[in-house]
Amino acid sequence: MRIRGLFVLTALVTMMSGCSSIEPWVKPYDRENLADPIMSFSRAPISQDFLDHVFESREGSRGATGGGGGGCGCN
Amino acid sequence: MPDKVSARLVRCVITCLGLAAVAGVSTAGVLPEDRADVLYFRYDGGGVTINGPSMLVRKSIGEHVSVAANYYIDMVSSASIDVQTSASPYDDERTQSSLSMDFLHGKSTYSIGYVNSDESDYKAKTMFASVSHDMFGDLTTISFAFKSGQNEVFRNVKIDDVKQNDPAFNDGLGKADMESKSFSVGVSQIVTKNLVLSGQYEVITDEGWLNSPYRSVRFFIGTDAQGQQPEKYPNTRSSNAASIRGKYFLPWRAAVDGMYRFYTDTWGVIGHTAELGYVHPLDTKFAGGDWTFEGRLRYYTQTAADFYADIFPRADFSNFMARDKELATYNAITAGFGATYEFKIERFPWLTKGQINLRYDYMTIAYDDFRDATYSLGKFGALPDPPLAPGTEPLYELQANIFQFYISAFF
Repeated sequence: MRIRGLFVLTALVTMMSGCSSIEPWVKPYDRENLADPIMSFSRAPISQDFLDHVFESREGSRGATGGGGGGCGCN
Repeated sequence: MPDKVSARLVRCVITCLGLAAVAGVSTAGVLPEDRADVLYFRYDGGGVTINGPSMLVRKSIGEHVSVAANYYIDMVSSASIDVQTSASPYDDERTQSSLSMDFLHGKSTYSIGYVNSDESDYKAKTMFASVSHDMFGDLTTISFAFKSGQNEVFRNVKIDDVKQNDPAFNDGLGKADMESKSFSVGVSQIVTKNLVLSGQYEVITDEGWLNSPYRSVRFFIGTDAQGQQPEKYPNTRSSNAASIRGKYFLPWRAAVDGMYRFYTDTWGVIGHTAELGYVHPLDTKFAGGDWTFEGRLRYYTQTAADFYADIFPRADFSNFMARDKELATYNAITAGFGATYEFKIERFPWLTKGQINLRYDYMTIAYDDFRDATYSLGKFGALPDPPLAPGTEPLYELQANIFQFYISAFF
C-alpha cells in the first residue's frame, strides 16, 4: 500500500515538473473575452453568498458551490 | 465503507496540498480586486420574512496579500408551517462575521479564514484553508480546500414571558454540540478563447446533534387520529457533492453559463441541481453609465431521507424519525433577474468604478410527500373547522420573493 502511494506521488511530481513544457493552446493575447468581467463565475460575491445561504437553508443538498459557509439560520 | 473512502480522500487531499506547496512557481498570479459592497436583502415566503444588511470589504496589502471582511445580519420573523402547527410566531436575529486572507506566491494562492455565526439558539465557528495553483500556461487552476466547524445548539423557551435558552434541553445539559468538516477539490480549465469549464467535488461530514430542537413528527393513532413526538435523527451525516459549470462568451458580447450538481448522502437524500444563466451588457450608455442585465433559472429536485415520513404509522415507529420538509421529496424552480448600473465619478479618481445593483428572484417549491398539516392540526393551537383527517391534507407548496439591492465600489 505504502509502495503504491509512493509510486503515485512520484508519478504526480514527475507530471507536475513537466507542466512548464506544455504549450498553452489559448495564448495570453487570445484571452480578451475570458478576461471580460461578464465571464466571471461570481461577479458579485456578496450577492452569491446570500443566495447560496438561502438555497442551503431550504434544500437537503449542500456543498460543491464554492461557498464559505457558517451558521444555520434555519431552526 | 464510507469511512474508508473518507480516509482515502483525506490522504489524497493532504498529498495534493503538499504537492501544490512544493510545486515550482515562477511568475506572478492575480489577487482579487479591491472592492467594498453593501447589500440589503429581503426574503419573504412560507410565513417567514428575513431581511438584513451585509457588508463586504476586500483590500490588498502590498502585492502579495489581500484581506477580506464580511458582516452579515439575518433578521428573522417566522411563522413557518412547522411553527404554525407546534409553536408561536417568533423573531430572531443571526449575525455572521468573517475574516479571510489570501496570500499570493507566484502561481499559487493560499487562503485562510474564520467565520463566526451567532443566533440565540445556534452558535457556529468555522475556519477554512485553501490553496489554488495555476498551471499549463495558466490554462488550468487546481484548488483544494478544508473547512472545520464547531457548532453549539440550544433550545429557546419562554419563561415568565422572557425568551431564554432551555436549561432542560439535551437531558439537562442545556446545549448540544455538532462538529462539521469539509474537504473539496476543484479544477478550472480554459478550453477555448471563449469557453471556461470548472468542476468541484466536496465531501462534508457532520457529527453530533443534527435534528431541530423544536420540530415534531406526526404519527397515526388508530386510523383517523394523530399524535406528535420529537424528531430523532442519526448523530452522523456524510455527503458527497460534485458539480460542473461552464461559461461561454457569445459573439455579441454576452455570456451564457450552465451548472449541474449531483448530491448524495448517508441519509438517503439524492439531489440534482441545474442552473442556466445569461449576462448581457448594453452596447450604449444609458443615463450616463453602463448597464448589464442578467437572467437566471435554477431547477432543484431531491428524494426524501430514508427516515422521513409526513406521518408515521405509529408512535416510536423506528429509531430515526424526521418530518423536516427539507428532507422530503420535492422540486423547486427559482427564476431571477438582475440589473447593474456602472458609473465613474470624476471627482473621485481613486474610485475605479461604482455599481448599483438590483436583483429579484422568485422561488417556488412543490412537495410530493409533505402535507399542509394546518388543515388537521390547526394554526397556533386553533383547530380548523372542520379539521381534515390526518394524511388527507393537501400537499404543501411554498412561494418566496427574494429581493437584493447592493452598491459596489471598486478602488
